[in-house]
Amino acid sequence: MSLFKSAINKLKQGLAKTRSGSAATVRTILTGKKLSPQLLKDLERAMIQADIGIKTAVEIRKDIQAGFERGEIESGDQALAFLKDQLRAYYPETDRSLHFARGEGPTVILVAGINGAGKTTSIAKITKSLRDDGKSVLLAACDTFRAAAVEQLEVWSERLGVQVIKGQQGGDPAAVAFDAAQAAVARGVDVLVLDTAGRLHTQDHLMRQLTKIRSVVAKQIPGAPHEVILVIDATTGQNGINQAKVFTEATDVTGIFLSKLDGTARGGIVIAIREALNLPVKFIGVGETPDDVEPFDPAKFVDAMFAE
Amino acid sequence: MFTNLSDKFEGALRRLSGRGKISEANVREAMDEVRTALLEADAHYEVVEAFTEAVLQKAIGEAVLSSLKPAQQMIGIVHDELVRVLGGEDDPTSADPSEPEVPPIMYVHPGPTVIMMAGLQGSGKTTTCGKLAGYLKKRDKSVILCAADLQRPAAVTQLQVLADQVQADAPGSGSVHFYAEPDKVAEYGKAVGAAVTVCRNALKAAKDADCDVLILDTAGRLHINDDLMGELRQVNSAVNPHQIYLIIDAMTGQDAVNSAKAFNDQLELDGVVLTKFDSDTRGGAALSVKKITGKPIKFIGVGEKLDALEEFHPERIASRILGMGDIVSLVEKAQEQVSEEEALALQEKMAQGKMTMDDFLKQLRMMRRMGSMKSLLGMLPGVGSQLKDIDLDDKQIDQTEAIIQSMTKQERQDIDVLTTSRRRRIAKGAGADQAAVGKLVKGFEMVSKMGKQMSGMGALSKMKAMSGMDPAMMSGMGGMPRMKGSTKQKSKFKQRKRKRR
Repeated sequence: MSLFKSAINKLKQGLAKTRSGSAATVRTILTGKKLSPQLLKDLERAMIQADIGIKTAVEIRKDIQAGFERGEIESGDQALAFLKDQLRAYYPETDRSLHFARGEGPTVILVAGINGAGKTTSIAKITKSLRDDGKSVLLAACDTFRAAAVEQLEVWSERLGVQVIKGQQGGDPAAVAFDAAQAAVARGVDVLVLDTAGRLHTQDHLMRQLTKIRSVVAKQIPGAPHEVILVIDATTGQNGINQAKVFTEATDVTGIFLSKLDGTARGGIVIAIREALNLPVKFIGVGETPDDVEPFDPAKFVDAMFAE
Repeated sequence: MFTNLSDKFEGALRRLSGRGKISEANVREAMDEVRTALLEADAHYEVVEAFTEAVLQKAIGEAVLSSLKPAQQMIGIVHDELVRVLGGEDDPTSADPSEPEVPPIMYVHPGPTVIMMAGLQGSGKTTTCGKLAGYLKKRDKSVILCAADLQRPAAVTQLQVLADQVQADAPGSGSVHFYAEPDKVAEYGKAVGAAVTVCRNALKAAKDADCDVLILDTAGRLHINDDLMGELRQVNSAVNPHQIYLIIDAMTGQDAVNSAKAFNDQLELDGVVLTKFDSDTRGGAALSVKKITGKPIKFIGVGEKLDALEEFHPERIASRILGMGDIVSLVEKAQEQVSEEEALALQEKMAQGKMTMDDFLKQLRMMRRMGSMKSLLGMLPGVGSQLKDIDLDDKQIDQTEAIIQSMTKQERQDIDVLTTSRRRRIAKGAGADQAAVGKLVKGFEMVSKMGKQMSGMGALSKMKAMSGMDPAMMSGMGGMPRMKGSTKQKSKFKQRKRKRR
């Protein structure tokens, strides 16, 4: 929790710096006010501005409105509490932790996302927290496409003191995944993390490549990959739903790493994604150092999303 | 979405036509659909509010109320207004905003023209630097790429690789060089300020080398990070870039206005580059950013390859934001692939009924190079929104290619020689079944015949003749791959199933 507080502080700092005078936030809208149709409208607007999406925002507004009409929700504060409860129920705790291999390892975590989402930095964060928990980690540099992607992961592996498996620039990423899976078993590591090339979900052949990477590790290690983490940039708009949909079809995504939440973006898109695909958020990224990672906490997320 | 939007318009406006005149309230209702469409496209809430209100006033003023086709007219007004806002709003002298008179980059003499790239992490700065260098090389400029991102691991190496690639592979008589000081690279937050020295030295190097353009690739940073924004301001005053571009991910949501505003306030931007436009984003961020900064959108990034940088055309993005497809891009893509002479030669051949399987294969491959079927169809008006649930299978084209390649030279020149045993051999060679070969041959015959008939027709009747074609034939040709899961087919399938029961 205290960890999360730092995230919220960062968020608040960010918001304080750029908040434009005209955009009243939900908190100021709701606190100490009686609920009214105008208030509901303002609430809807604030949710849209957090990238929740117009459809989901209208649905949530209608839920609150129904509670208002039944006389259950009378004040703005109650509406905020209602919102938090809803979201907490939406994201049960079991959903939010990493799943590890039952019995002997290695646990395999496949990390994917579009270009520039923050995959490699997010991997550094996941690796650091696993390592701090006393687990041994092996990284696989399956981004053989982008210039210097392997080097980027190598720099992190050196800084974090973990090993990395790499292949040829321009080589077959599935072959790197194969080598890495074998190495992970042979070296008896606890967790294997696969870094993949950024790809737009509209590139069919690249999505098929991802499916192949997945099936290659699945063949090598039973039950793998145990987690497929989709990294989504908190600034992403409604296109995030399409991203999540297509990546899930290709690789059975198990959770989201919401990156770059230390800016002014609120990352509301993950709620729309949960609504459309039932995908949980597992981590949030709040900075550039490997320590800047937090577990996802829905109630705090609502707070941060609507913070002043 | 265009069809979608126009349907909704029709609906909202027709409800009243029975009762007589359209009221302002009806127009308002229809405008709500525009608002939703824009918000779904990620245009910023307040930008949308202001935009729809302005358009509403215009629509009422322009007598949509008494128009015979109010829905069509309204779409026209919305579209035009969107183009106006996205395009040359600041430049009232340019009559047609879709055809900007000014080139995207103003060069200074004597050089070097200094261009600074700035933006959030992961927006695509380094890749865009490489693409821009390619764009300039094609225009015979000598370019130096300067690696001023000293904090992201391997960013310097990445730019160097790109510079080498562009220099080696990109067309044009220009040249691309690379400048970096790798020893200044440090962990996040520890090299703040070092970029200023690097940029200053790079400028000196560019001057010494008598270089035309210097491109500065700065590190990604959050617009609320005071230290790093301060560093950008320092670079700005140290080297005085002639152009400062903000690089923005086209998939950005509501927050685009916050970052764009902050960068613009601190740096006085000259233009914006929207990246990752080859995704299926509707790109409402373009509208937000243009409205908030007032700065022109110079380029859009449309792919991972280094030539995938295009000049910005407001017309097309407007269509896309409204979900109307981008037919102009499609035509341009086609033009890139085939020269006019080639096209004429083929047309001639078709008219005489002399098209061969080789010609067909050539066309197929040309189409292939233009992109995936899905991306091509997505540019057609009205198709975009329906593509979401359709899995377009490019494998069909692969198969057609394989079949033709399994034919002998003689067979490709004259399909009449295709006996059953030949067909069997071809099918075997292509790993297809014989029916697929038959389908292809039949489809080919039909196209040849049509080619003869069409010669002499006007463009419009050609279109009509095409639309009368049996889609199954087309699919056999590989020209139109089978659409799996298309709603139409699904419902047909269901009906069939029901009948069987």
